[in-house]
Amino acid sequence: MIDNPGGLLPPGLRLGNVMSAVFRPSRRQLMAGLATLPLSAVLRRAFAADDGLTFDELYGKVGVLGLEFSEKVKTLTGHDVAMRGFMAPPLMAEAAFFVLTEIPMSICPFCSSDSDWPDNIVVVYLNEKQTFAQAGALIEVRGRLEMGSWTDPDTGFLSLLRLRDADYATV
Amino acid sequence: MRIILAALAATTILTGAAQATTVYPLDRATILAGSPFDFKVELKGVLKAEDVKVTVNGEDYKAVFGAPAEFVADEKGKDDKGLGSAMILRGLKLAKAGAYKIDVTAAGETKSITWTVFGTPETAKAKNIIFLLGDGLSVAHRTGARIMSKGMTEGKANGRLNMDDLDRMAFIGTSATDAIATDSANTMSAYMTGHKTAVNALGVYADRTPASLDDPKVETIAEALRRTSKKSIGIVSLAELEDATPAAVVAHTRKRADKPEIVGMFYDVKPEVVLGGGSAYFLGKDVPGSKRKDDKDYIKLFKDAGYALATDKAELEAASGNNTGKLLGLFHTGNMDTILDRKFLKKGTVGKFPNQPGLMDMTKAALEQLSKNPDGFFLMVEGASIDKMSHPMDWDRALYETIEFDQTIGLAREFAAKNPDTLIVVTGDHAHGASIIGTIDDEKPGTDMREKVGVYADAGFPNYEDKDGDGFPDKVDVTRRLAMFSNNFPDYYETFRPKMDGPFEPAIQNEKKEYIANPAYKDVPGAVLRTGNLPRSSDTAVHAVDDVVLQATGPGLEEFKGYMEESDVYRVLVDAFALGAKPAK
Repeated sequence: MIDNPGGLLPPGLRLGNVMSAVFRPSRRQLMAGLATLPLSAVLRRAFAADDGLTFDELYGKVGVLGLEFSEKVKTLTGHDVAMRGFMAPPLMAEAAFFVLTEIPMSICPFCSSDSDWPDNIVVVYLNEKQTFAQAGALIEVRGRLEMGSWTDPDTGFLSLLRLRDADYATV
Repeated sequence: MRIILAALAATTILTGAAQATTVYPLDRATILAGSPFDFKVELKGVLKAEDVKVTVNGEDYKAVFGAPAEFVADEKGKDDKGLGSAMILRGLKLAKAGAYKIDVTAAGETKSITWTVFGTPETAKAKNIIFLLGDGLSVAHRTGARIMSKGMTEGKANGRLNMDDLDRMAFIGTSATDAIATDSANTMSAYMTGHKTAVNALGVYADRTPASLDDPKVETIAEALRRTSKKSIGIVSLAELEDATPAAVVAHTRKRADKPEIVGMFYDVKPEVVLGGGSAYFLGKDVPGSKRKDDKDYIKLFKDAGYALATDKAELEAASGNNTGKLLGLFHTGNMDTILDRKFLKKGTVGKFPNQPGLMDMTKAALEQLSKNPDGFFLMVEGASIDKMSHPMDWDRALYETIEFDQTIGLAREFAAKNPDTLIVVTGDHAHGASIIGTIDDEKPGTDMREKVGVYADAGFPNYEDKDGDGFPDKVDVTRRLAMFSNNFPDYYETFRPKMDGPFEPAIQNEKKEYIANPAYKDVPGAVLRTGNLPRSSDTAVHAVDDVVLQATGPGLEEFKGYMEESDVYRVLVDAFALGAKPAK
């Protein structure tokens, strides 16, 4: 919460993102230079340079008394990574993020009132608005990996892992 | 992960009947003599306190209730909308049994209702009660479990389930105060408090204000036991412990999704044995895997309160032998896996939580601990995933769960055989719209799965085998298996086959928030699209309004008969324990 006091800054306008832009000029330039190409082609090209991370690799230890992030997640934190998964439908129109899940899922498969998610989800903050991926379509997301508990100021959604400044394409 | 905003709880409407004078407890409420409950009157208009007259059996209410109610000039709804005046008196107790007619008269409003306050025999009939709740347990589950587990020859069952030989039966109506349809919160709450309530509510009447934790409370059986006895309390479930059924033993909230708060309610009551899933809500928010929004570490709090902690099957076995008398077992961050996944297929989340105990292991450990109390115990055991697998129409998992639940009933019966002062109650909380209609026979010609469904004489008998005698078919994907279908469903692909790769997920949400058939099953050979008959907002099959069957054996059973409602069952339980006897402890 400290990095976005009171939620006054929209995602994408925080100091951390400015820093990341400095460290990642190539992608911005690429995007600008290839603006006439279909977006997905650009993304596919860009993804090739990233480190891949799978849902199986998120946690080193899973237990009743808590989970532990894997060494790979710790190492990749702060870096660009690519992850494949499925986009859960946006929580609400104003949400600045979506949830990436390992398998296509409904919000709560079993109950009428709860909003429980599996442990292995990743919250994705996009760098610019993109259309909703068709339900059940496998997507690849690239963004800067962020680790640790964080509460979305607009929705109260608590997440442990995030991809910041991200974009995605259907695989 | 967790949503704080109520925006997603679309099915939880946090208001009572709008635009009518309402008195809580509602008309025809049955109230255990001496049990504390909250009295509330919701008025339509904004009134002055002196303009509202409330009488009880013709007397001023203050004389009967012993205290004045707090008067709220104008209750606030969503966006600070005025709802009208209200009167609230919390923790009221009525010691004397009988009819209580409440009359409310105010400017332009009148309301007249009657409660029945009931006592119990002075002497308990039972020392122990084992209440076994099959979540969603419907007739088809029983039939299917019997055929799968025992087999059938020439139309006669080759064996009997444990539940087949309980002595008494009743048909149980399950409807909620706000709908004929129902969920696991209000249904179990009615069993555990004697008061019917609204869908999604636990241990409270659903009032009109948006807050979920201020609704008029009623006493749970756990609280009644604490108030009147020295009996031990046990709660065992394969679900998250914060899930509706186990929560209903202790909780008070309008919204079953208040799971972090529900853990606190477990802690307030401190049942001696608490075994299940849902550790995520026991962990402080900074522990990865936590679903809390605060730093409370309930694992530590329970340990500090003298609880032994078990986190897997081996630890449970070790802990059940100890003498602390208090046992907290948490075996999963969320819902525990089904027995088909745990024991046979190793799918679901079994890879992450490989050493989960089963319902039998947990019930055995609970009975070992609880039976040490010379004053007796109340044990609630939930077969949770009968329901959790019937929603997504994963019938094979649901029936294996029913078999495991039935084996647990066998364990309870063994205990009762040695301890005949034990009342066993077996029931469901609501039904599912599921039926067995025949078999599916892979050996029938062709590739069109629909033509392989055997009906009437063509159904024959399934070819499940149980060579190891564990009560479960050795193989779930036999060539001639039970054909079970739901009468209600979202769009989904019917595959006519067991789901060998993990529990079925029939539908997923699209960008319009509508549930569409999950394309992951589209290419299963023979799969056909079934266009749903439910609203497109329904993610899975829904509960049915049909009656459920209750069965019982042991002292106190004679009160179970004919048609009853869940709220009536509570009275049988407290009669068996004589919880209305005087003087209290």
